[in-house]
Amino acid sequence: MTRNIQSLERAAAMLRLLAGGERRLGLSDIASALGLAKGTAHGILRTLQQEGFVEQDPASGRYQLGAELLRLGNSYLDVHELRARALVWTDDLARSSGESVYLGVLHKRGVLVVHHVFRPDDSRQVLEVGAMHPLHSTALGKVLSAYDPVAHSEVAEGELEAFTGRTVTDPEDFERVLELTRARGWAADVEETWEGVASVAAPVHDRRRMPVGAVAVTGAVERVCEGGELRQHLVAAVRDCARSVSRDLGAGRF
Amino acid sequence: MTDENTFGTSSHGHGPFIAAIDQGTTSSRCIVFDNDGRIVAVDQKEHEQIFPKPGWVEHDAAEIWTNVQQVVDGAVAKAGITAADVKAIGITNQRETTLLWDRATGEPVHNALVWQDTRTDALCRELGRNVGQDRFRRETGLPLASYFAGPKIRWLLDNVEGLRERAEAGEILFGTMDSWVIWNLTGGPDGGVHVTDVTNASRTMLMNLHTLDWDEKILSSMGVPAAVLPEIRSSAEVYGTARSGSLEGVPVASALGDQQAALFGQTCFGEGEAKSTYGTGTFLLMNTGGKPVNSYNGLLTTVGYRIGDQAPVYALEGSIAVTGSLVQWMRDQMGLINSAAEIETLASSVEDNGGAYFVPAFSGLFAPYWRDDARGVIAGLTRYVTKAHIARAVLEATAWQTREIVDAMTKDSGVELTALKVDGGMTSNNLLMQTLSDVLDAPVVRPMVAETTCLGAAYAAGLAVGYWPDTEALRANWRRAAEWTPRMPADDRDREYKNWLKAVERTMGWIEDKE
Repeated sequence: MTRNIQSLERAAAMLRLLAGGERRLGLSDIASALGLAKGTAHGILRTLQQEGFVEQDPASGRYQLGAELLRLGNSYLDVHELRARALVWTDDLARSSGESVYLGVLHKRGVLVVHHVFRPDDSRQVLEVGAMHPLHSTALGKVLSAYDPVAHSEVAEGELEAFTGRTVTDPEDFERVLELTRARGWAADVEETWEGVASVAAPVHDRRRMPVGAVAVTGAVERVCEGGELRQHLVAAVRDCARSVSRDLGAGRF
Repeated sequence: MTDENTFGTSSHGHGPFIAAIDQGTTSSRCIVFDNDGRIVAVDQKEHEQIFPKPGWVEHDAAEIWTNVQQVVDGAVAKAGITAADVKAIGITNQRETTLLWDRATGEPVHNALVWQDTRTDALCRELGRNVGQDRFRRETGLPLASYFAGPKIRWLLDNVEGLRERAEAGEILFGTMDSWVIWNLTGGPDGGVHVTDVTNASRTMLMNLHTLDWDEKILSSMGVPAAVLPEIRSSAEVYGTARSGSLEGVPVASALGDQQAALFGQTCFGEGEAKSTYGTGTFLLMNTGGKPVNSYNGLLTTVGYRIGDQAPVYALEGSIAVTGSLVQWMRDQMGLINSAAEIETLASSVEDNGGAYFVPAFSGLFAPYWRDDARGVIAGLTRYVTKAHIARAVLEATAWQTREIVDAMTKDSGVELTALKVDGGMTSNNLLMQTLSDVLDAPVVRPMVAETTCLGAAYAAGLAVGYWPDTEALRANWRRAAEWTPRMPADDRDREYKNWLKAVERTMGWIEDKE
């Protein structure tokens, strides 16, 4: 058995010491309670402070638990919050691209559509909010699998079903698709899920850079692609939209 | 929309453009639109809400004018354009908020009295005399209520020392915020034009809906000298040109009250077309065509818009006091959710309301009941009901209240609603929009531009200067972003509506002593 990491054990002991009731402790209290040299205790406290797990009261210099600990237990972003933040940007993406726009999140073993903006051509369309799409063949699913480790493990455990002749079904090939997605920051689906339909997607991150969802433009392959390639202005528009939503969620610049 | 704009990548950027100013209750905004009605740039600034006493709400009009100038400059700078790229400026504004200012210096004689201000309650009762609150309804379409501008003018004339004499001597000008912004834009004391549009004038209680002119009888009953009043113009014509700032030389070419602007922005140009704006409260307006429809069901009759010298278009208006604010109450007072959007998550965790109904008559019942003795009720509680059922009842309350307004409109106008166009913050709530469609038994449609108020002002200004040829061209700009269609079986809808009406009954008569 490998040895435990001593500084992590000490950090955990400090957090326990500060937890429970309204407790603020000075450096020497903490050091003596745990039997540490002041310098050692201070180094650990400073690291915890940088991570937001501990805060120092500016007036007294005493330490208390930080707000980040509370957020840890409550870190899940509400999908309806995500939709509310994305509304303006996805409307504009639909308008500028002339195609329909989807916002998807990981749910169980697939992509849950949480927002859908119609293609702006006045044709009869049905709202697809609540629909589930596959992870391994759609652009939304590939983005989620590339960036979210939970999505990745879901897709790795499942079978890669062939929906069309173009669906990638070999696990090694699929891993290469995900690597490419991470390298260029977007994913595509050219008739891999539905015949005649192509899609481009990019990731949405929250303020901690966690991948919380993906935005996609979807349309007829003839309009989304040109000469066998995805239209570059669509790729740029989708990435701009995803960045704008991420920024609204508090993510920094990329 | 915050700091900079990274909208899309394509098409817009080609001028010319239209700039719209929205002088709202909490902030002033300027949005630059392109020919497709797409947003090119936005700037916004909040102003102070002044509460001198309970029930009193004021704004500093000088601060508002400063903010308007700043947001215009800000939006123009963000768009990276100059006055030469802008064909016209459109104005939309918080309605009924009342200001009197000195014609010679341009200085307000008092803070503006905001539409929410209730200091004229007693005055309105007094003005109703033995006739009651419908004394001026036939001429103005409005009940005597503290919102409207006329009684607010009267209060200022009665309470600011020496003001009545100065007003009668022609030294004082009255305006709602459209007039204030246009007068200042077009030069202020140095030749500013003193005008208002028919939609704003229709909220003063001083304009006759049939003649579209100030009503002399009401002016004398209300004690308002004609000398203070602006000229009533159409909603879409060139009133003058901007005389300073980054849009110097650009025609000022539209004015519409905010709800009428939203009706225009939603391109509800046909009789029977209606829009509903879901914010803290909700305003539903239905186009009733060329004739003002009297309401016997507690709605307001108002002017929808008038384009240049074309015939005016009228509207029926119903408002709901508590919709989005009920969700805020669940968040802030009850602590059942952390953000407004989470109401949908909580409500979606159950299949139905579990038998619970929530009637948020926090300050009485508005249209179509008008009962100030009512207070809020949660009815139908059993051990089975959870906070998720209550969350569902909260959303259903907004839907049923909309249904009651729509029913009143159908009764008054004889026109069945074919579809409801929606806008406002609550339209991001998918469950609410589906519920709305279910209880109305009609499609609910959300357009692609959420900023319908500013868009309406831009459209009217663009029409006035020929930037857009006609209303058909504007309709072509309208894009459906989403549509919800009814899924609820008729039997369920009838049963639920009956239960809702039973819950409404239980709110009435709670306050026994009115004083």
